[in-house]
Amino acid sequence: MADDQLIIGHRNSEWTGFGPLLEEDIAFSSMAQDKIGHSLALYTILHELGESDPDTVAFTRNANQFHNSIFTELANQEYDFSLIRHFLYDTAEALRFELLTNSTCEPLAQVARKVRGELRYHTLHAKTWMKQLGSATEESVSRLQKSLEQAMPYALGMFEESPYEKEIMEAGIFEGEQKLKELWMAKVEETISQTSLHLPDWKIVQPINGGRIGKHTEHLQPLLDEMSEVFRIDPGAEW
Amino acid sequence: MYGGGNTFEVIKADDVAQEDPILLAVFEARIARGEKIEPTDWMPQLYRKQLIRMIEQHGHSEIIGALPEGTWITRAPGFKRKMALMAKVQDEVGHAQLLYSAAETLGKSREQMIDDLITGKSKYSNIFNYPTFTWADCCFISWLVDAGAIVNQLANAKGSYGPYCRALDRICAEESFHLKYGHHCVIYLASGTQKQRDMFQAALNRWWPPMMHFFGPSDKISVHTEMLMKWKVKMGSNDDMRNQFLDMYVPKIWELGFVIPDPNLKKNEETGRWDYTEPDWEEFKRVINGGGPCNKERLEVRRIAEERGKWVREALKTPKAKYVMPLA
Repeated sequence: MADDQLIIGHRNSEWTGFGPLLEEDIAFSSMAQDKIGHSLALYTILHELGESDPDTVAFTRNANQFHNSIFTELANQEYDFSLIRHFLYDTAEALRFELLTNSTCEPLAQVARKVRGELRYHTLHAKTWMKQLGSATEESVSRLQKSLEQAMPYALGMFEESPYEKEIMEAGIFEGEQKLKELWMAKVEETISQTSLHLPDWKIVQPINGGRIGKHTEHLQPLLDEMSEVFRIDPGAEW
Repeated sequence: MYGGGNTFEVIKADDVAQEDPILLAVFEARIARGEKIEPTDWMPQLYRKQLIRMIEQHGHSEIIGALPEGTWITRAPGFKRKMALMAKVQDEVGHAQLLYSAAETLGKSREQMIDDLITGKSKYSNIFNYPTFTWADCCFISWLVDAGAIVNQLANAKGSYGPYCRALDRICAEESFHLKYGHHCVIYLASGTQKQRDMFQAALNRWWPPMMHFFGPSDKISVHTEMLMKWKVKMGSNDDMRNQFLDMYVPKIWELGFVIPDPNLKKNEETGRWDYTEPDWEEFKRVINGGGPCNKERLEVRRIAEERGKWVREALKTPKAKYVMPLA
């Protein structure tokens, strides 16, 4: 989850200065800050459980040590893809953190209660834009439709179970990826039905998995190299 | 971030000759009393024209200025810097939004302003035509370019046009955080490893000449702006602004143990002002007219961003959504 938030935050931040209009530039930048903040909060929990400090964990690992879903690492492409990813990803995250407010892992539940409030704005933003662009011009509808179809197999990869899924569920830490996916599908359908877009058939789409076990696309390592470029000049230094 | 009054047009004697002398006298009296001029008030054409030009240049400087720093967001070392830099650059884009809105109250649309930026018709702060090679360059901008901008913007906030002054009040409040952030970054470089110190010294060597250019040409050679000063469009001479900046920041740079690359830089005890090597104004002119290292790239990036976003803006003008939720 921390890796997901860090990598999507990084991607969102790439829109700074390049947005289709100033207001969107600012919105993506704002969401990026929230995501990076969420990842820091989660890495801090890990640190308290014995992992290295957040900077070391985030800035010194290689791609095969990251557990983010592949969906988050894909390049931003055009705004239509970024918007579709934002909608599909944040709809899932909002539900994930909602479920986690009941986690038996108290530090996680606490973070989830805080994050939940912020994600409400992210999903509100995504839905507003989906409804506007998803039924505006021929070009906007066809662009979003194409991106929706491209994104869906990767989006389903968000629900790839970790090797410890069973233990996590039994300990009451999280109610499970399967439940999250079902809730997510209903929410996605609800918004898409209010636009001129149509969803691909869930039964046919095959999820693209691998991220949770460190198998990534060619997009992740360059992103990490860039992220740690300055940090690596002098890893012992304080910046 | 905006450096200030360097591209005003030459004012001709008959520029205000067509204006109604009574209205003009009332207008000037209001400004002399310290009143603010609001969008629906009467104003001379020249006042409107010069303000649009100035506010627009300021707005452009904010979005173009977001590029050399923005490119370091994805490379910022560690969570603390990454989050602060993201917030800072976001602020700059937000400033552009505020400023374009202020300029729109004078009758020029945002679209027209951005078109004029891309075609090169209107200018932006010259300093952003230089590249940020290292993290230290980015820190230089956050600290010292923002510091220079604050000197200029605090003065302009006391100007006569209400919407611009109000935008500047908000901008200055945010810029003061940027300054603290930038200073903090530089303190860490100064008190860090030799490599970090060398990085900042190299950045200082690169950026000092454009920083001296930042406040515009020397008063000896710049366009006469007495009328704009009287109308409180321009609030201080370029040399005064430069001097104020040197007064405030040279001691701070020296305090951190860095060497400013100008052997003639010293406070003149007699005049109370700074002596320095006269900046190369030919270089300044060459860069502002498109000959700098990054002019082409900056405008090209802006042009591509506008082009790629066109379908989004078109779609917004064609809303067919049955129901759009309020944003808050």
